[in-house]
Amino acid sequence: MSSVSEPLPPDIPAVAAAADDRVVVATPLQLTWWRFRKHKLAIASAVVLILFYLGAALAPFLAVAEPTSGEAQRSLMPPMTIHWFDVSGFNPHVYGMKGARDPKTFKRVFVEDPDTRYELKLFAPGFDYKLFWLIPTNIHLFGLEGEPADEHLFLLGTDVQGRDVFSRLLFATQISMSIGLVGVTLSLVLGVALGGISGYFGGLIDTVIQRTIEILRSIPTIPLWMALTAALPRDWSVLQIYFAITIILSIFGWTELARVVRGRFLALREEDFVTAALLSGASRPRIILRHMVPSFTSHIIAASTLAIPEMIIAETALSFLGLGLQPPAVSYGVMLQAAQNVQTVATTPWLMVPALPVIVIVLAFNFLGDGLRDAADPYSR
Amino acid sequence: MQRRGDVFSVLSYLIRRLLLAAGTLVVVSVIAFTIIQLPPGDYVDGYVGILESMGDVITEEREEALRLQYGLYDPLIVQYLGWARDVLAGDFGLSLEYRIPVTEVIGDRMWMTVAVALASVLLVWLMALPIGIYSAVRQYSVGDYAFTFIGFLGLAIPNFLLALVLMYFSFRYLGANVGGLFSNEYLDAPWSLEKFWDLLGHIWIPAIVLGTSGTAALIRIMRANLLDELRKPYVVAAKARGMSEWGLILKYPVRVALNPFASTIGYILPYIVSGSIIVSVVLSLPTVGPLLLRALIAQDLYLSGAIIMLIGYMTVVGTFISDLILVWLDPRIRVADGQ
Repeated sequence: MSSVSEPLPPDIPAVAAAADDRVVVATPLQLTWWRFRKHKLAIASAVVLILFYLGAALAPFLAVAEPTSGEAQRSLMPPMTIHWFDVSGFNPHVYGMKGARDPKTFKRVFVEDPDTRYELKLFAPGFDYKLFWLIPTNIHLFGLEGEPADEHLFLLGTDVQGRDVFSRLLFATQISMSIGLVGVTLSLVLGVALGGISGYFGGLIDTVIQRTIEILRSIPTIPLWMALTAALPRDWSVLQIYFAITIILSIFGWTELARVVRGRFLALREEDFVTAALLSGASRPRIILRHMVPSFTSHIIAASTLAIPEMIIAETALSFLGLGLQPPAVSYGVMLQAAQNVQTVATTPWLMVPALPVIVIVLAFNFLGDGLRDAADPYSR
Repeated sequence: MQRRGDVFSVLSYLIRRLLLAAGTLVVVSVIAFTIIQLPPGDYVDGYVGILESMGDVITEEREEALRLQYGLYDPLIVQYLGWARDVLAGDFGLSLEYRIPVTEVIGDRMWMTVAVALASVLLVWLMALPIGIYSAVRQYSVGDYAFTFIGFLGLAIPNFLLALVLMYFSFRYLGANVGGLFSNEYLDAPWSLEKFWDLLGHIWIPAIVLGTSGTAALIRIMRANLLDELRKPYVVAAKARGMSEWGLILKYPVRVALNPFASTIGYILPYIVSGSIIVSVVLSLPTVGPLLLRALIAQDLYLSGAIIMLIGYMTVVGTFISDLILVWLDPRIRVADGQ
C-alpha cells in the first residue's frame, strides 16, 4: 500500500514512541482508529449513540405500554414518582393516580392514592410483542407486579389521549434515529456519485455540478421541505410517507457530501500514488475504487456522521409542524406536536420531554463527527 | 497586483454572482411552480369552488371555457412561462382561501420576515465578531472554554426547540408571553415611531433564537481564522517593534481573518430565513411563516407558491448584498474558484 512510504508525521505520540513498527505497518484504518481513540468526547458520544440505537432496537422490551393504546380517563397525567423505600427497606413501588378536581380552578388534577400500591418488578409480563421482530414474548424489562389490568407505570406521564409518554418515546426513537440513517444513505449515494464525477472529470461537468450545489445551498430548505411534504398524497401509508420524507430530505441534503468527496478527489488526483497507478496501466475504475476511494472513506464517514443530525432535526421540525409523519407513526416531532402552544407547555411540561433526546442525539452526532473528521486524515499534521 | 486587473476581477466576480443569483431564482421559481402543480386539481377547480360558494352556478361548458382561458390545456412549459411572466409583473394570482390577491394576503408580513432575518444577521455579527476575536486571542482561557461550550449547545439545539423552551421559561418564571412582534395596542396601529420602538422591544427574542446557532458557527470560524493568522511571522515582527497588542490585532490579523468570515454570511442567511419560518410558527410572529404553514395545509397553492418565491428572492438579494460587502472588505477576491 502506498501509505507505507509516506514520511511519518511527528505527532502520533501515543503509538510512535512505543511501537514504531506498528505505525509503519498499520493500515490507514488502524491509524484512524488510534487517532480517534484520543478524542474522549467523541468516544463518549459514540457510546451514547450506541445506547440510543440499542434502546431503539429493544424499544418494545423496554416499553411498559403499547405506543398507541390510550385511555381518555388518563389524559395528561403527570409523571409518577417511584418510591424506592418503604418501612421494610428497599422496595420500589408506585401509587395509583386518582383523578380529582382542583377546588379553586376546577382543573383536572391527579393525586397519588395511597390505598392502591403497586410493586415494581423486573422482567414483568406485559403486552405481547416480537423481540427483534422475531421472537414472540410478553416479558418487559420492568413493569408493575401482577400486571394490574387497570394500572400502568407512567414514568413520564401521559399525553392528551392518555398514552404513556415514556413508551412512546422509545418507539419514537426507532423512527427518528433510523430516518437519519436512511436519509443520509440516500444523500451519500447522490453525493458520492455527483461529487466523484465532479472531482474526477473536472471541466464543464464540474462547473455545472458545482453551480447546482451553490444554487441548492443558497435556497432556504425548510419552506421547500414543508411544501414538498405537504404535497404528499394524504392516503399514503406510514411507510410510504416515511420513505417519501427521506427522499425529500436527501434532495437538498447531498450537497455537503458531494463537496467533501469532490475536494478529496481533487486533492488525491495529484498524489503520486495515483500517477503511479496510472503509469502502471491501471484502469480508471480500478484507480478510483481500489486506490482513491479507500483513502477517503474515513472523510466520507465523518461527513455523513455530521449530516445525520441535520436529517433528524429536519424530520422533527416537519412532523412538529404536522407536515411530516402522521399520527399512527410516532417520532419525536410527532410527539412534540402536542407541545406547540404556550398553555400546554406551561401546564403539562412533561410533553416537552421528547426535545431532550433530540438535543442529546444531535450533540452526540456532532461531537462524534468532529472526532471522526479530525481522525479521518491520519497522515495530516 | 495591478489596479486595472483588480477592477476587472471584481467586476467579473460580481457578474458571476449576479448570474448565480439569477440561476437560483429560476430554480426557485421552477420549484414553486412544481409545488403549485403537484396536488390534484387545478386553478379552475379552486376558482369554480369560490364562484359556487358565492351562489354562481357553473356549467361544465363554462368550466371548460375557463380552463381554455387560463391556458390550462397548454403544455406545462408554456404554463410555467406564463406564470413566471405574471410573477415578474408582480401578479402572484388569487388566494383560494382568502379570496383576495395573494399580494394583499401577504402584505406587511414579508417586511416583518425581512426585519426578523435582518435583526438575526445583525445579532450574529455583533456577537460572533468580538467573541471570536476574544476566544482566539485568549485561547484556552476560561472565557474561551465557556463560549465554546455555549457555542456547541447553540449548534445542537434546533431553533424551534429553543423557542419552545424559552417560551416555557418566560411564561413560567417571568409570567410574560414572549410571542408576537408587537404589544397588543400596536397590533393594528399605523406605523409610527412608538410602534417601531415597540417592534425593537420584541424582535430581539426571535433574533436570539434564530441567531444562536449561526453565532456559534461564526465564532468557531472566526476563532480558527484568527488563530491561523496570529501565528504568522508578521504578527511577531510587529510585536517585536513594540506595537500595542490590541492595536496590532485589530489592525492586521482581524482584517485578514474577516474575509472568510464575511463570505459565510451568504451561507448563514438561507439558514436563518429557513429557521425563521418554523420559529415564527412557534412564537406566533406576524411573518410569512405561519401563513405558509396554513396555506400548505389548506392547499392554498398560489399563496404558498408566492411565499416560497418571495422567500427565495429575499435570500438571493441578501446573499448578493453580502457578496458586495465581501468585495468591499477585500478587493482581492479570487476569481478562479468560489472558495
